[in-house]
Amino acid sequence: MTLDSVISRRLFGIFLLGFILFDYPILSIFNVETFLFGIPLLYLYMLIVWLLLILLIVFVTRVTRYRDALPSSPSLEFKMFRH
Amino acid sequence: MLSTETILFFSFGYIGLLFAIAYIGDRHAKIGLSLVSNPYIYALSLAVYCTAWTFYGSVGLAATSGLGFLPTYIGPTLVATLGWLVLRKIIRISKVHRITSIADFIASRYGKSTTLGSVVTIIAVLGIIPYISLQLKAISTSYQVVTGYPLINVPRHFTQIPFYYDTAFYIALILAVFTILFGTRSLVATERHEGLVAAIAFESMVKLIAFLAVGIFVTYGIYNGFADIFDQARAMPELRRLFTIEIQTGTYASWCIHIFLSMMAFMCLPRQFQVTVVENVNEDHLKKAVWLFPLYLLAINFFVLPIAFGGVLHFGAGSFDADTFVLTLPMARHKESLTLLVFIGGISAATGMVIVATIALSTMICNDLAMPVLLRIPSLQLAERDDLAGILLGIRRGSIVLVLMFGYAYFHFIGEYYSLVSIGLVSFAAVAQFSPAILGGIFWKSATKSGAISGLIAGFIVWIYTLVLPSLVQAGFIGPDFVNQGPFNIGWLNPFALFGLQDFDHVAHAVFWSLLCNTLIYIGVSLYSRPSAIEHTQATLFVDVYHYAGETEGSSFWRGTASVGDLRSLVVRFLGQERTEEELATYSNKYATGWEDDRQADAGLVNYVEKLLAGTIGSASARVVVSKTVKEEPLSIDEVMNILDETRQVIAYSRELEKATAKLRAANERLKELDRLKDEFISTVTHELRTPLTSVRSIAEILNANPNVDHWQHQKFTTIIVKESERLTRLINQVLDFQKIETGRMDWQISEVDFKGVIQDALSSTSQLVSEKQIQIDQNIPVYVPTVAGDRDRLIQVMVNLISNAVKFCDDKDAHIAIGLSVVSDQLLVSVKDNGIGVSKKDREIIFQEFRQIKHNLKGRPPGSGLGLSITKRIVNFHGGRIWVESAQGKGSVFFFTLPLRKPDEIRQDSRLAEWETEQANGSA
Repeated sequence: MTLDSVISRRLFGIFLLGFILFDYPILSIFNVETFLFGIPLLYLYMLIVWLLLILLIVFVTRVTRYRDALPSSPSLEFKMFRH
Repeated sequence: MLSTETILFFSFGYIGLLFAIAYIGDRHAKIGLSLVSNPYIYALSLAVYCTAWTFYGSVGLAATSGLGFLPTYIGPTLVATLGWLVLRKIIRISKVHRITSIADFIASRYGKSTTLGSVVTIIAVLGIIPYISLQLKAISTSYQVVTGYPLINVPRHFTQIPFYYDTAFYIALILAVFTILFGTRSLVATERHEGLVAAIAFESMVKLIAFLAVGIFVTYGIYNGFADIFDQARAMPELRRLFTIEIQTGTYASWCIHIFLSMMAFMCLPRQFQVTVVENVNEDHLKKAVWLFPLYLLAINFFVLPIAFGGVLHFGAGSFDADTFVLTLPMARHKESLTLLVFIGGISAATGMVIVATIALSTMICNDLAMPVLLRIPSLQLAERDDLAGILLGIRRGSIVLVLMFGYAYFHFIGEYYSLVSIGLVSFAAVAQFSPAILGGIFWKSATKSGAISGLIAGFIVWIYTLVLPSLVQAGFIGPDFVNQGPFNIGWLNPFALFGLQDFDHVAHAVFWSLLCNTLIYIGVSLYSRPSAIEHTQATLFVDVYHYAGETEGSSFWRGTASVGDLRSLVVRFLGQERTEEELATYSNKYATGWEDDRQADAGLVNYVEKLLAGTIGSASARVVVSKTVKEEPLSIDEVMNILDETRQVIAYSRELEKATAKLRAANERLKELDRLKDEFISTVTHELRTPLTSVRSIAEILNANPNVDHWQHQKFTTIIVKESERLTRLINQVLDFQKIETGRMDWQISEVDFKGVIQDALSSTSQLVSEKQIQIDQNIPVYVPTVAGDRDRLIQVMVNLISNAVKFCDDKDAHIAIGLSVVSDQLLVSVKDNGIGVSKKDREIIFQEFRQIKHNLKGRPPGSGLGLSITKRIVNFHGGRIWVESAQGKGSVFFFTLPLRKPDEIRQDSRLAEWETEQANGSA
């Protein structure tokens, strides 16, 4: 598995999250006339989800390293132990 | 005082500045110092997505429907998360195939089809015209508003005035000139425009700054922050209902469809394709752009609601066209410079879109509509003419003017009745029709040309029926009954409620039906049609682009003959002498040298030339042109299948076969060797068994024949018998042990073992052997040694084997054996050193193999079965250790082995694996 495909998968996860958070039925939970700090709740919710998505993208594109494309270590250690 | 002169001065000054930036950008590109080759410029150029629609229209929509403006920006944000999966693939494909437009992309994917290219171009042009008219409307309206300063009056009813009095007409003309100068200045029509990208990025900065400035001014200058605006808005019933999304049947579905629509549009808009794909310098820029661009969208949308609410609060509901609030609010407060900044920001937003969109469209019209037609008219002899670059530029310039004039006409007759956003959405719905063909094209190999064409045409027809025809009703070209009762009073054909579907708003309704028809027909026809050979090739090259990257030059589809001279002159006609030399030199460096000496061009060169031309005239036209030069021999479908699928499969298959053969050969060799060794073993063992047997028998016979031997003699004989039978037993035991270990039937008794004790036991059981040969034994053992897990008896056997082996090979005079024990990291290291003949390098592995004995030149075969070391090795391996020998010929040898320091249960788990491996090994042998 290459680094690019790892990033693709993780970003696809963010896409699914975004699609769910921005749509019915989650959206309907916040579609009420309530104010938080004087700002309509729905408006605030949209901004926060949007910002969250951006932060997640930043996190994934910056933090994903070549290490993540390798299989996790226990099996490797086991192999080394055997020989 | 903001006079008309000042406004015109700043407008043209701003345009002059853009030219300067573009000029500098191009200059830098020419000397190889790219200004635009960084992710920030790339992200800013993507923001050409935000047009006058965003700048003026969002506020207009927010003033009437609250958060309804947001899906248009949520979509692209979501696409950004898919950027690495989808956009990167499109970019990679386009780079490999030198694709220059979305029509080119789709045409190339489905077998370089000119038909498909033209269909896409026609849809794109017709679809984008409303979008361009939107920009004209925005500029013209904002110009009218701002020249009225300080009075605020919003002009209406352009249809009544003749076009030569209409500002928008002149704006369209100026924009046409502007775009021609911008995009088609140079005579060489290249794929990328670095100067343009620099200017677009600058425009994106300007419109963002202008919008944020108004936002901050309205929120904190006119009102006291967000809370204040929302507080006042609460008191107004018209605004209060906008705090939430009004719930009706289908509201949420419409919302979802709008998000989906903007996602598709973001991927399929010709201008987005231009900046995202064609103008992309480096794929890696996408990595930063995927979060920078959503951040830009967030920033430019941040103040939309405050401005909209502020405007309604300030001017009262319904008094003004809310589309102009961004401009009229600073005017109402007499902020001259802010008004000017906003006006310039609006121009930025509109011109950026118009320039990139018309350049993209003109490329498509030229490459995918005009060229294929012109090339097919034999009397023109187009491919043979020398001034082709000039003709290309002429066509492009002409189409720029044409597109803008169409845009103006749409604005003049229809656009006026609609708000900015609703005009834009019509365009979105049109370009979204490309999405099945594109997404299917890059992920689904079985998609065919017929499928793509039928799907596109079906979607397009539904789009016209549900969005364009109703707009003609509004403009008065068609009677109102068409949308009220449906055509010919057939209710279920009503363009706003096809088949009685009434839950969605008009755009969502149109998008739903058109994309549904499009996708279903695309998939259905694809499944029931057969791809041609070239479609098959292109499908594979597109879908598996990462797999075939870099191979495309070699894997040629052409099988024909062309002379090198013909090809060269063909390229010169399109690219000019200088660039031709450059590109062909690149080919020489990269792929093959010496082709210039050949008379006939090889497939690689033909392919390269085709791609080179594709960068200038599009893949479909390039194919037509090249096929006129190359005398192509018809290639049957079967042959192409062979070339593409089978070759690769056969190669892979034969590799597998080779591997398997090699394995079999090795196994066979090993079997033969084992067979030989078994024979040898039997003769050795028989020999070894016979020796003690013979001596036992002969001594027994002596005793039998002479019953009266003296006591001392008797004692001596019986001792020999005992010793020889012991030797016999030992031999038989070894054979049995070996057999047990080999078949995995050994019963291991695992416990914690003190290895010092093991050594002592081994020494005492070999003491007789040692004292017989008068060997001195040195021990180098630390006081404290941690325990190991293992079978105590077997470990003793290991030591006994090694010691007796050492004894066997020790020098006859002055014999020394040294036993060492130490702990190295988590392992116990044991060594047994003798001063015998040593082991030669080539034998060091062999001695651990079963039935192997090293013959000594002088002494011949040593005594023993040849199983001792083999058993030793297996026991050590079972315990997870390793055994090896170090030696210098003639100076003795040292046998080392390691034992990991483990707990008994760890070894039990491991031993199951070892057994399994043994079974596997036996099975495969």
